[in-house]
Formats: sequence, C-alpha cells, structure tokens
Amino acid sequence: MKFSMNVGIAGYGAYVPIYRIRAAEVARVWGSGEEEPVREKSVPGLDEDSLTMAYEAAREALEMSGVERSEVGAVLVGSESPPYAVKPSATVIAEALGLTPRVVAIDMEFACKAGTTAMILAAGLVASGAIKHGLAIGTDNAQARPGDELEYTAGAGAAAYLVSGDGDRLLAVLEYAYSYVTDTPDFWRREGERYPRHAYRFTGAPAYFNHIVGAAKGLMEEAGLKPSDFDYVVFHQPNVKFPLRAAQMLGFKPEQVKPGLLSGEIGNTYAAASLIGLARVLDAAKPNQRILVVSFGSGAGSDAISLVTTENVGKKKSSLERLLSRKVYVDYGLYAKMKGILRVA
Amino acid sequence: MVWAESVPRVWRERAKKYRLLGGKCPACGSVVYPHRQVCPYCGSEGLQLVELPRKGRVISYTVIRHPPSDFVGKEPYVVAIVELEGGARVLAQLTDVKPEEVREGMEVEAVFRRYREQSPDGIIEYGIKFRPAH
Ligand SMILES: [Zn+2]
Repeated sequence: MKFSMNVGIAGYGAYVPIYRIRAAEVARVWGSGEEEPVREKSVPGLDEDSLTMAYEAAREALEMSGVERSEVGAVLVGSESPPYAVKPSATVIAEALGLTPRVVAIDMEFACKAGTTAMILAAGLVASGAIKHGLAIGTDNAQARPGDELEYTAGAGAAAYLVSGDGDRLLAVLEYAYSYVTDTPDFWRREGERYPRHAYRFTGAPAYFNHIVGAAKGLMEEAGLKPSDFDYVVFHQPNVKFPLRAAQMLGFKPEQVKPGLLSGEIGNTYAAASLIGLARVLDAAKPNQRILVVSFGSGAGSDAISLVTTENVGKKKSSLERLLSRKVYVDYGLYAKMKGILRVA
Repeated sequence: MVWAESVPRVWRERAKKYRLLGGKCPACGSVVYPHRQVCPYCGSEGLQLVELPRKGRVISYTVIRHPPSDFVGKEPYVVAIVELEGGARVLAQLTDVKPEEVREGMEVEAVFRRYREQSPDGIIEYGIKFRPAH
C-alpha cells in the first residue's frame, strides 16, 4: 500500500510501568528446565491497566507533536486487554486528553497486531483528507495462565503515534505499508475465559515466521527495497530469539534489529511491542534514515510499515529511556497481586 | 464507610477527575483546583478555566493503612496535598512509591490511573494521581 499523499508521524510516546519481575523469579515458583525466553518483564501497578498506559503514551505523543487538540480527528486504540468487555477505552482516553466530542474513537482488537493496524488506518484517514491528525495507540496488559510458559514473557506497556499530514511537523514519513493475514489458530481466548490458550505447534513456523516474512517480503517487493536499504528493522518481539531469527531469514543483520529489540527487558507487550521498539529507534535515529516495522498478531497476521525519518527526528525524544531505567523489582507474590492472580475480597 | 455506587456522580465529575482543570482569578491572580465560580481568596467571580501544570511538590501527606471498604486491598497508600507549579493545590493519591519513601517537598508529576471499581461488575473510576518525578 502506498498512501496518496505525504503522511507520517508528528509525535510519539511510549509507556512502560515501573515494576519488573525477573524470569528467574517466575522459574523459582514454577520450575523450568529450559533457558528463560527473556531476562525480565514489565508488570503494571495495582492502579494500571491497558487504558491508563495508553493515555500516558498518547499524551506524550500529542505533546511532542504540538498539534492543537481540536485538530485531532481520531483516537484508534489497539489492544487485546481492554479493562471492559463492553465499553470503549477510546472514549475515556479521548475525554482525558481533552479531545471530545468531535473525534472518531474506536477500540480495535487483533491480538498483538492491532496497534500497527491502527497506525495504517489513521494514515488512511489522514491521507484521504478526512482528518488532519489522528492518534494510533497500541497497548496491552498481557495475561497468562499461572505456570504457562507465556507467563515468562506476558508484559505490559503502550505506545502512541500522532499520525499527521502536516509536512512541516513530520519527523518520519510513512512510505509503504503491507498487510499479510491468514486464518491461523495459534492463540485464542474465548469470551468469559480469563486466560488465553495457544497451540504450540503453531507458534513458530506457520504463525510468527510465516506472517512476519510474508509481510516484510511483500513490502520490499512492492516498494522495490532490499534489507540493506534499511537502517533499522523492528519486529514483533514475543521473546528475544524470534525477532533475531526472523531477521536472519530475511537477510537483515543483528545490528539492524538490536536497537529496537526490548523484549529481554520488558517482555512481550503484545499490541505495543513493535511500536515501543519503533519509539526506541526514533529516539536514536538521524535524519533521512529508513526503518522497517513488522508486527505480528495471532490469529494471524502481520503489518509491515516502512518509514523514512526527516530533519525533525531527534529534536524531541520520548521518555522511554527514563522509564526503562526506573525499575522496581517485585517477587512472585506481589506480582500475583498486581496481575490480579491473587484477588482480595 | 461504605461507598454508594453512583454512575451519574462519576459522569458529572469526569472532567475534573481526568484533567487538571483549574480556575485563575482575574482580580488577584490566584490559581485554584478544581475550577469554581468564586475565588476563595478575594471573592471575585468569573474565574478563567485553565489547564494546570502537571508538575509540583508534596506539601503534606498521610498514609492510609485502614482504607474505606472500596479501597481495601490497595493499602497502604498515600494521600497528599500537592502544590503545582503556579500555586494551585490538589488533594490526590500518590502512586509508584512506597509510603516510607514519601517526603515533604518531594517533586511529583501527574499520571492517569484507576481509582476504584465500584463493584466487580460495576464501573471503573479513573483519575489523576501523582508519582515521583525522578
Ligand atoms: Zn481572587
């Protein structure tokens, strides 16, 4: 997909809670003969959820952009862990940001992919001329059954992007997008169930790698680009190994992946994962660099998006580095309370 | 104390709870939170609606160890009077901090957090809290 006019990112924000649990602490409780998939992961505080994290990231994106609130025409929230089964998060976020009532607001769900799809749809609304600016958010407080191998990685975080058609404001231009989806039953949660289930045989080759590689190759073929044309590549990061292996399969070097690879420190933040990685890359990028972002959501699909930075990149940075360095470690008992595994009253 | 579930109350108060909307007195220049019609310092009317700065410092605080029933499970937590840059004072919970780490004069910044759930199937109330600014 190529957008019919110049559209890109005018501001971005990322949020990671202060609490962490080490994978070794999870292993202490449940035991594990295998190497842990991450070193540690982020844990939301008792008063945090996917909505509050989304708000923090979105406020930062809006402030960085300098865009007037009255000119934000959309709030698209991608998440698989909204606090309500029925009642949108987007309206609360829009209200708290002072964007109501004249705004398109919607919650979107596609496992870990909804954040990048929100970005593509916001870009479409902007490129069509329907709105001037829109907020695209990926946010999750990922849930895993206690003792499940997903518990090592199910993290919490959010990232938000102010998508705009105002050329002077853009710090990165959205060059191309390519979506690649199939019906693949690798991971699901039924209505009313607390924890997701997953089919191990599907989590690798037919799910993650097939879609990531399909979307990345599709974009590069359509755009006439090759791996060496990119300065950075950010993949969805359910652990540390998968993105590095996907890079190898596609012909990217580890140096292109590592700046945006955060799963070892914060775990898998689901719909936020590739977008927090992109925020890390934008914080470090120089003008006129090309970035490839490829999300993956179970069910399954990937969005590949290529961006080129402008002279504006790096003038303002997100608070991500500060949030990554501010850490309070919790033990499994406190973690269980924070995640709602232990319930009071 | 037992909290009465009230959806209309939460709806009415949402702007004040979600955003730091204060009033600036046209006569004496005082800034107050939340916004109101009459200046508590000089009695003038027509306070201007202003969005207040998100940074401030703790003026005084208390640790809640025996909370009202709707906050059970959250204790111990800290309620503080925060003086924002510009002078407005806000009564709010502190978060991301242990009670023993709180000090008068501590620099804090506003965040948006869950305040309470009226019941497991009731609505969730959100609002401004403050966390250490470092
Ligand atoms: Zn006055």
